[in-house]
Amino acid sequence: MTLLLLALAALLFGATAMLFLSGSRRNFSWLAATFVSLAAISGCIPAIQVLAGGPALQLRHPWPVPFGEFFIQLDALSAWFMVPMLLLSALCAIYGVGYLRSQAKKCSPGPVWFFYCLLVLGMTLVLLARNAVLFLSAWELMAVASFFLVTFEHERESVRNAGWIYLVATHLGTGFLLAFFILMGRETGSMDFTVWAEKGIHTPELAGIFFLLAVVGFGTKAGFMPFHVWLPEAHPAAPSHVSALMSGAMIKLGIYGLMRALTFLGAPSIWWGWLLLCLGLASGVLGIVFALAQHDLKRLLAYSSVENIGLITAGLGLGLLGVSYHQPLISILGFGGALLHVLNHSIFKGLLFLAAGNVAHATGTRDTNRLGGLLKKMPWTGALFLIGSVAICGLPPLNGFVSELALAGASLTAITVNPADVAMAGLLALVCIGLIGGLAAVTFAKAFGTVFLGEPRQPVEAPHEAGMAMKIPMLILAAGCVAIAFGAVWLVDWIAPIAGQLSGLGPERVSAILQTPALVLTTVSICGLALVILFAAIALLRRALLAGRTVGAADTWSCGYARPSARIQYTASSFVQPVTTLFRWLLGSHRQLQRPEGFFPPKASLTTETPDLTHEELFRPGFLKINWGIAKLRWMQQGHVQLYVLYIAITLIVLLAWKFR
Amino acid sequence: MNFLSIIPFLLAITLAPLLPGIINRTKALFAGRRGQPFLQTYFDLWKLLHKGAVYSHTTTWLFRAGPMLGLAAVLVAVALVPLGNFPALIAFPADFFLFACLLGLMRFFTVLAALDTGSSFEGMGASREVFFSALTEPALLVALATLARQAGNLSLSAIFSQVSGGHWLQAGPVMALVLIALMIVLLAENSRIPVDDPNTHLELTMIHEVMVLDHGGLDFAFILYGAALKLWALSALVVGMIVPDTGAVWLNLVLPVGGMFLVAVIVGVVESTMARLRLLIVPQLLVGAGALAAMAFLLGLNK
Repeated sequence: MTLLLLALAALLFGATAMLFLSGSRRNFSWLAATFVSLAAISGCIPAIQVLAGGPALQLRHPWPVPFGEFFIQLDALSAWFMVPMLLLSALCAIYGVGYLRSQAKKCSPGPVWFFYCLLVLGMTLVLLARNAVLFLSAWELMAVASFFLVTFEHERESVRNAGWIYLVATHLGTGFLLAFFILMGRETGSMDFTVWAEKGIHTPELAGIFFLLAVVGFGTKAGFMPFHVWLPEAHPAAPSHVSALMSGAMIKLGIYGLMRALTFLGAPSIWWGWLLLCLGLASGVLGIVFALAQHDLKRLLAYSSVENIGLITAGLGLGLLGVSYHQPLISILGFGGALLHVLNHSIFKGLLFLAAGNVAHATGTRDTNRLGGLLKKMPWTGALFLIGSVAICGLPPLNGFVSELALAGASLTAITVNPADVAMAGLLALVCIGLIGGLAAVTFAKAFGTVFLGEPRQPVEAPHEAGMAMKIPMLILAAGCVAIAFGAVWLVDWIAPIAGQLSGLGPERVSAILQTPALVLTTVSICGLALVILFAAIALLRRALLAGRTVGAADTWSCGYARPSARIQYTASSFVQPVTTLFRWLLGSHRQLQRPEGFFPPKASLTTETPDLTHEELFRPGFLKINWGIAKLRWMQQGHVQLYVLYIAITLIVLLAWKFR
Repeated sequence: MNFLSIIPFLLAITLAPLLPGIINRTKALFAGRRGQPFLQTYFDLWKLLHKGAVYSHTTTWLFRAGPMLGLAAVLVAVALVPLGNFPALIAFPADFFLFACLLGLMRFFTVLAALDTGSSFEGMGASREVFFSALTEPALLVALATLARQAGNLSLSAIFSQVSGGHWLQAGPVMALVLIALMIVLLAENSRIPVDDPNTHLELTMIHEVMVLDHGGLDFAFILYGAALKLWALSALVVGMIVPDTGAVWLNLVLPVGGMFLVAVIVGVVESTMARLRLLIVPQLLVGAGALAAMAFLLGLNK
């Protein structure tokens, strides 16, 4: 507990120190990174102890806020989310030291670090809080701190717009959470999470309403379709180390919240599992389809986060279906796969966002249609982006495959059992997992292929490789991708109690069920090892055979054309054109085509842009209506302070009258 | 796992290059030509293994690593596939998901190596390859999942020891639909007619061949051998559905190998009697394969 409090104190102290130092001319980034790293280390030690089977830690302290209590607890579920969150925070902070160095000449990075420390503090408290008021305060701290980080480059209008969308979306989500918590409190007579978990909700209708509130509230933060609108706006706008942290850790807290809420609600109804499964699969497929249509590298990654959150949610859905249909193997594999994917996604998405940050930093653009050939100029960034891409596509032998295997295992198990509804759920999940895997390969072949391979499509700033402070965190994340892929079988022991808690099964039962999956994981690791060994053997063979032979160099074959230019390469848009054509009814891309005309056409052009479907069709019209309605009340706002004081006074009098009626 | 399970793997790595030879001879027979020797792929591999290399200025290490990684991936994939009733070298529940993903890994690196050349033709081929395979992957998974439900087991070796010859009498329509779906997947994944034409001479219309235009010598040998292994692995799935368990070890060995050659002949017949589909029609065929597999699943749901 001491270490945990030390972590919180380090973050709070770091934030305060940065606030005071922000006026200074000198660059104190390293100091902030040190505080965050210190907090990460001291927070991870107790978390790992809890995961390894230690007792849950807790602390209660009175807090003079109505219904509030400073009640924090670290159990296995919190610890599982906390370890990757804190480690990623520290790595992104170290990366940020290098990333902000060039910015520091323009303006002081102090405010960034102040809000960064507050964001990490908020996320830690969200995971630890066991009192609803404390939870909501921490949730709000996290939302506001990340809002200020998103609007770091507020001089650009697009960034301000993105920040605005994020602020509105996150508060709408919080509104649902507020309703959820207040109703929960009314129902159980307490604001204590432990009391909620003990009592549970026993009327299925009420539990269903609470479940829906939690899905919308937490789903907005996690980025379920159609509540994901803020993600593709906010992630590209933020500085890259912040987008890595938001995408890798912050949106996972929505998943955490949903899992925690499930422990309050008692036995799940069948439709809960179906809802989460369908919501997850829809987010997965739509997320990846929108991802592949994007030209902006970071926007692409943001949509890919929607896809991965979708996979995690589908895992939760399968887990709940397993619980409702009394199929323990499905529920354990579903929940376990979801938990493992949470960890994996934080690692590879963090890595990819940092690598994308390097690209934007080095070339000054994130437009995949302009870039190309960066692997030669930025060999480290390129290789690390490749590792991240292979992992996120769920390809063996890296970690993304392991969690997708667990999810596929859950759906395949569902396929072989009766009743037929479960089998149909399994089939649906399997089809979507296959489709998502295939489309993810398209997306990341495009992202890596057009940014790092070939020749630059348009002249950009002379790119340069990132410095050590930016490379080392990425190397650690890439090592994590490999380590989890081969060591997943050891993580099973850590996941088992959490999956058991979610599915309501005892520890002995869970470990008995998990024997076969653990064996499968071992075999898969052996296959991965075989793959690596075979690759090495083939490479050695090739080397031995090529020794002493002539290895020449020539131009790329272009059908006998003697003067190939970089302009004739396939671009990112042309690469995905077949898929975007297939899904054009869904994507609604705007095309502006100027056809070549005449025998010697002087000019022809084609630009495509894919705005977000729900943003354009659902939220924008909706908010315009609301805006129209609110504009009618504008007469109340005259800009005189006296008038506002009068409003306050009237409100107070009305409330008093209501109280004493 | 017993020591006999090494046999399918050894047969695969030695006999796989024979399949393209059989396909070509079948096509020659239809065209009234004498055709190349059955062992032509072996000769080609031998010749290529003795060559040096020429690389484009544009390419990086990835271009050289692509074919090697592709071959390594397909070798592991082959180890997961049983031959008739002979269990595979490596078998575990849900092993066919790993199988599909290994083929995905092979494809991913072939595509990246193609994009590494900066050629518009190779970009074109790569774009089509990833698109079509994104549609075949669900079809393959659903087809195998249908068989898994029929067998009540999730490992390929167990599936094919239960769902083979005799099962056709109990669930004929299911098996037939799955077989058609798997056949379409086989043709699409191995770039055969009606999806792709391995003999075409126009870069603009190729899919797989155009992606490997710039590979030569050793790298091309790896690619050719990898393609033969992939053809073998997918044919083995088709054969596993048909060949019954005879009880005698030697017959259980001869029948599937004969079946593999028969599949190659069928592929040759399809190539000789059909024209290639227009590229815009191909997605319909592939989604159709997935739909057939899903229909088979629904038919076999009351298992």
